[in-house]
Amino acid sequence: MTEIFGVPTQALLGQLLIGLINGSFYALLSLGLAVIFGLLNIINFAHGAQYMLGAFCAYFLLNKAGVGYWPSLVIAPLAVGLFGMLIERTMLKQLYKLDHLYGLLLTFGLALVIQGLFRNEFGSSGLPYPIPEALSGSRNLGFMFLPNYRAWVVVASAAVCIGTWFVIEKTKLGSYLRAATENPALVQAFGVNVPRMITLTYGFGVALAALAGVMAAPIYQVNPLMGADMIIVVFAVVVIGGMGSIMGSILTGFGLGVIEGLTKVFYPEASNTVIFIIMAIVLMLKPAGLFGTQK
Amino acid sequence: MSVLCKMTAAAALAFAAGAAHAQVSDGVIRIGVLNDQSSLYADLAGQGSVIAARMAVEDFGAAKKGMKVEVLSADHQNKPDVGSAIARQWYDVDKVDVIFDVPNSGVALAVNQITRDKGKALIVSGAATADLTGKACSPNTVHWTYDTWMLANGTGNAIVKTGGDTWFFLTADYAFGHALERDTEAVVLKAGGKVLGKVRHPLNTQDFSSFLLQAQSSKAKIIGLANAGGDTTNSIKQAAEFGIVKGGQNLAGLLVFITDVHGLGLNNAQGLILTESFYWDYNEQTRAFAKRFAAADRGIHPTMVHAGVYAGVLHYLKAVEALKSDDGTKVIQKMKEIPTDDPLFGKGRIRQDGRKVHPAYLLEVKKPSESKYPWDYYKIRATIPADQAFRPEKEGGCPLVK
Repeated sequence: MTEIFGVPTQALLGQLLIGLINGSFYALLSLGLAVIFGLLNIINFAHGAQYMLGAFCAYFLLNKAGVGYWPSLVIAPLAVGLFGMLIERTMLKQLYKLDHLYGLLLTFGLALVIQGLFRNEFGSSGLPYPIPEALSGSRNLGFMFLPNYRAWVVVASAAVCIGTWFVIEKTKLGSYLRAATENPALVQAFGVNVPRMITLTYGFGVALAALAGVMAAPIYQVNPLMGADMIIVVFAVVVIGGMGSIMGSILTGFGLGVIEGLTKVFYPEASNTVIFIIMAIVLMLKPAGLFGTQK
Repeated sequence: MSVLCKMTAAAALAFAAGAAHAQVSDGVIRIGVLNDQSSLYADLAGQGSVIAARMAVEDFGAAKKGMKVEVLSADHQNKPDVGSAIARQWYDVDKVDVIFDVPNSGVALAVNQITRDKGKALIVSGAATADLTGKACSPNTVHWTYDTWMLANGTGNAIVKTGGDTWFFLTADYAFGHALERDTEAVVLKAGGKVLGKVRHPLNTQDFSSFLLQAQSSKAKIIGLANAGGDTTNSIKQAAEFGIVKGGQNLAGLLVFITDVHGLGLNNAQGLILTESFYWDYNEQTRAFAKRFAAADRGIHPTMVHAGVYAGVLHYLKAVEALKSDDGTKVIQKMKEIPTDDPLFGKGRIRQDGRKVHPAYLLEVKKPSESKYPWDYYKIRATIPADQAFRPEKEGGCPLVK
């Protein structure tokens, strides 16, 4: 068998695929962050908590209402998205005229409160969520067993990412959104309801986080801390990709997933630091991030 | 002031100081429970350990005996530097006399040294590393509940004997994981088994698929999980997803707590073999304890860590009462002199190296169909008697053992 640095090629292929799967969570989460930052200029630190809320929402739907995985994929993001809009209307709205820092502090505080409440109620061991019937089992790819569910995660998140990119960068609605960020007063003068658009955009970004949460529920435990563990990495992904760059966050999300996966093979001890090392290097060489533009 | 007067005053002062020396410092016994209260070990220790400590103070009848006992708690966030800072502040400023629990072997080893330097007392329940009674043993530390040697000897032995003779380790990359891996490897090799490979993952990892894939391609019969808490539950859950067990490999959860089994659900956890020194459904006394405990801790049933804190506090207070002092070094010595006897671990003793000895249980997680009531999770496969459950005193390399 051929080997690369002492690792059989076949095993390496498997690891690349796994990296891609983990990357799809990074991509989905950093996409939501990028949308919210790019269009609203809010650094949404509550993103991890909203991801966790998505997973919990799916858990409650299943265990309290008997609603399965597939409907949850729609219901949970809608519910959490609505909750996000409520936060935007009542709290975030007051901060648009102030420095970014205030939005960051508010969302960070919210995240702590939400996570604290859930931890108090549900503990830290997490709750089980089964893999949906239709996607259980795995297929033999020759070089590895790929669980069907993971294959679905990659495909679904890539589709959502590309769809979002398309809407924002290529459609008329997207052009309104981008125009409203550049010059809200002018867009409002053309008869577009800018505040409502902003609320909906925030809701959409939050819904993306919740969607990632639902997709994560069958793989990881549904755990009050799942978002807190994830959010720091995702922020690093966004910073590397370039704050607010939609395509940047998608590509870096997948790319860093792969790099992290490879680190787990060659030097596993460093697997949870490698992303931050890359972040430091990127910030030194290209402070606006790989795909960002200097403003 | 006359010379005589001065001398009398000095004598009085000296006498007062002498009298105070044989008493409890500042009149209050302060117990500090130091553990993870917010992250992956928060359910198996966390606030539950604080509750257990309070229950022990109450059951000891401290108030009736005229002893003033306070229970403090803090979150060390699994960081040895944070834990050390809290321990120093507790000892130096807050007049804490004894620290309990300290899961996370990294933090426990740090606090072990500080406690020794300050002449205070440390009673470990949550941490696993057998080094606490081996090369890092201290006259100021008692290791109560379990250790890596006990786990390796219980689970490791049982699995090798039933044919699991080739191993691959998935190890948490810090003091605890390393110690558990080392002790289990020794058991496997001694029984004629082989270790085909190992991979070390960072503490608190979400995704284990990459590591599991490496374990899968090693073709080892047994994948030994030398990790704990959320790391173990995520490994087990994801191993099922990748068809590890279906593919003919078996998992050995080297440290699994009942809260982990609860979090996984019996569907995912059934058939796991594990070793613990306490199971809440063991006898009338343990059940009564569990009922009171669960009522106070969100329905969570006590883990062996909680039980260890409870029993440790009881025995500590007994020693303080007998000694009429809370001087750390002396109390620990006294704890070793009096035999232990409590409702949860039964009769036992503490060895010179600080190791508390009691029986350990080899347990198997029930199938969902076998579980009759909430938290009915384990079948007891074997009881390992106290004199075999822990590493022989002479083999640990503890300088206190002559």
